[in-house]
Amino acid sequence: MTSAPRVAIVSCPDWPIVGAGFGPGERAAVVHANRVVAVSPSARVEGCRVGQRRREAQSRCPDLALADHDPARDARAFEVVLHAVSQLTPRVELTRPGACAFTTRGPSRYHGGDAALATLTATLVRQALGAAIDVAGAPGVGVADGRFAALLAARAASRQGGEPVVVPRGASASFLAPFPVAALTTDSDDADLAELVELLPRLGIRTLGALAALPAADVLARFGPVGNLAHCRATGADERLPAARRPPPELSVQMEFEPPVHDLGPLAFAAKQMAEQLHGRVHDLGLACTRLLVVAESEHGERHERVWQHEGALSAGAMAERARWQLDGWALSAHPPTGGIVLVRLAPDEVVPDTGRQLGFWGGRTRADELAARAAARLIARHGPDSVTVVEWRGGRGPLERVVRVSAAAVDLVERAEQGSAGRAVLPTPPWPGALPTPAPASVHGQPCRARLDDADGNAVTVSGRGALSALPQRFATEATPAEEVVAWAGPWLYDERWWDAAGHRRRARLQILTASGAAHLLSLEGGIWCLEASYD
Amino acid sequence: MAGERHTEGHIDRHVDAAALARAAERARPVSLAAERCLPVVDALVPLFPDGGLPRGAIVACRGPAALSLALQALAGLSQAGSWVAVVGLPALGLAAVAEAGIAFARTLLVAEPPPEEWSAVVATLADSVDAILVGQGLVGSGRVRAADGRRLQARLRERGSVIVVVAPHGEHGDHGLETDLSLTVVDAVWEGVGRGHGHLRNRRVEVELTGRRAAARTRRASLWLPDIDGHCRAAVDPVAPVVALRSAV
Repeated sequence: MTSAPRVAIVSCPDWPIVGAGFGPGERAAVVHANRVVAVSPSARVEGCRVGQRRREAQSRCPDLALADHDPARDARAFEVVLHAVSQLTPRVELTRPGACAFTTRGPSRYHGGDAALATLTATLVRQALGAAIDVAGAPGVGVADGRFAALLAARAASRQGGEPVVVPRGASASFLAPFPVAALTTDSDDADLAELVELLPRLGIRTLGALAALPAADVLARFGPVGNLAHCRATGADERLPAARRPPPELSVQMEFEPPVHDLGPLAFAAKQMAEQLHGRVHDLGLACTRLLVVAESEHGERHERVWQHEGALSAGAMAERARWQLDGWALSAHPPTGGIVLVRLAPDEVVPDTGRQLGFWGGRTRADELAARAAARLIARHGPDSVTVVEWRGGRGPLERVVRVSAAAVDLVERAEQGSAGRAVLPTPPWPGALPTPAPASVHGQPCRARLDDADGNAVTVSGRGALSALPQRFATEATPAEEVVAWAGPWLYDERWWDAAGHRRRARLQILTASGAAHLLSLEGGIWCLEASYD
Repeated sequence: MAGERHTEGHIDRHVDAAALARAAERARPVSLAAERCLPVVDALVPLFPDGGLPRGAIVACRGPAALSLALQALAGLSQAGSWVAVVGLPALGLAAVAEAGIAFARTLLVAEPPPEEWSAVVATLADSVDAILVGQGLVGSGRVRAADGRRLQARLRERGSVIVVVAPHGEHGDHGLETDLSLTVVDAVWEGVGRGHGHLRNRRVEVELTGRRAAARTRRASLWLPDIDGHCRAAVDPVAPVVALRSAV
């Protein structure tokens, strides 16, 4: 068990509430994709919790104020805290807006011990936040061996009202022991870890101490790499992957701007390109970047650098996003650059060997899905977003209304294929009253073409209000095809749709006919005009 | 002495090399024709000489029930997990696609591209999906250039994808794509509709398969497309009408 470096973490609870700009004591929640991601203390008293659906939270607290989740805005607001902490140490690491970390070896010696450092940090952060402290609760500072223990210590500190919690060296394991297993997923998005945390209590392992008591090799054998990670965290060991190493300097990507750039737009675009280049370079070496250093310099020599830490590997999009947050935050902070930006550099700070993604043997993610998604993306890029569509069920009576086409650019094809069943695509909607009987026609004309349905005397066949045909249909013709004899017919099925809506009211009758040549068609009569709606091709 | 032995060893090496080459020839893995096929639904298996859609082939479906037959030909491989792309065919009935058994989660619908980009679009798709369904429009009108057609066919064979062309009306003339297999519906009879009662329920079709090489002999099958439950089933009717056999030539 390698000893983890001592880390201090500053955790501001429910930071999205502060970032959204709510006032102190306001009952508020931040919502993302219909789920609550952060709750203010007064709303928590009412019973709203993180992870609830929006409606449920609103039912618990009717006058709940809601805001949309905006990580960029939170990152901008967190700049003040970062600026305060960076007075103590140059290398501050950010995982997400709301929590930052730094190693305590140097600063601790300088300021006379961990406790003094923690108290000083807490004071600085409180000063920086000012009035925002009352909005979401006091920020907590925790110092411990290893990032996970420090995080839990910081959370405990903020719950205690701001007194920093310092875990003595080597005592991480005993500090962590009483915590429940669910604490493993604090501030973590890892789905595998969440699944493991759900499983462990069912096996009787309810606390981190119980997990730490198990032999590491057995945990690894039973649960795999995610179990190993959980075990490392529970024992307070260094959870950094042993293969993590400093990357060679030529992997960094740098862009200089001449003349200096003042707008964020071109900077964000440049950051995106640099991120893709960097990701490509790192990927070509079979590595993945877990820590990213973003440096920006202004034309007057001001330098702004931050280290962004991520749980897993940073994708190109994630790197570009963090660079954008940082530039945005700097521009809007209390000490913005006095001139334009002349240099932006992205450098990987820590890389690990890329384990890739395990493709599924049966179901799950397959290579075919990714190839198809890539082809769709290429075609969309060439011909526009409407050139490639996928089909979704909607439900309806007629053949045209039951399905709807959705642009492929708007859906995640790989995830959709993963969720789609490998079996028969049975109609998922329950029986729709009044729907046409199966089988469905194979050819559905988008613009129904006009047709003539005549009886033996050459007059058009009509349908009475009660659904009776005026005469036996004899001949059927469209503009494109010559007249054919009607051998058999079925129907008419009457539809009176949306009678309450003056604009959407439709009254029509549908008829299936079979011609002498063996073709079967679906005709529709609306307003006295017959149309060929579909053909059973 | 040593030189003699050296010479003998040299001759032995020659013999050994020839024997080695023969052994390698025998041991080289043989790819069975059945492995180079895409699966089809059970009802269509007796129709195809290899028991499935040969990879890299271009299949044309003709006749009155051409579109439904094309959908059934693709249903087998879609259920097995392959992706299907539909190029053009704006009048495709999507509910019918679902009833045939093609999974929506693995289907892409591509709008009809401009004529000069048709081959490029189909080539892009051929690299990524296993089956492409196209309408007759462009192919039949001969606007696919011969060079593009040959390149496309080479790419199909290399990648192992299949193109199914729906050509309900008649033959297509001189064009750049040569079809390897031709599924023709010679007869289609709907059942279930009377004079003013019932509804279209099931259809009995007679399908013929012709093609090149292994499929040169015409194969015939009688199918319910669809049957009462909506599936494609072989029609084994003991009182089937006698049909004149086509000659093998």
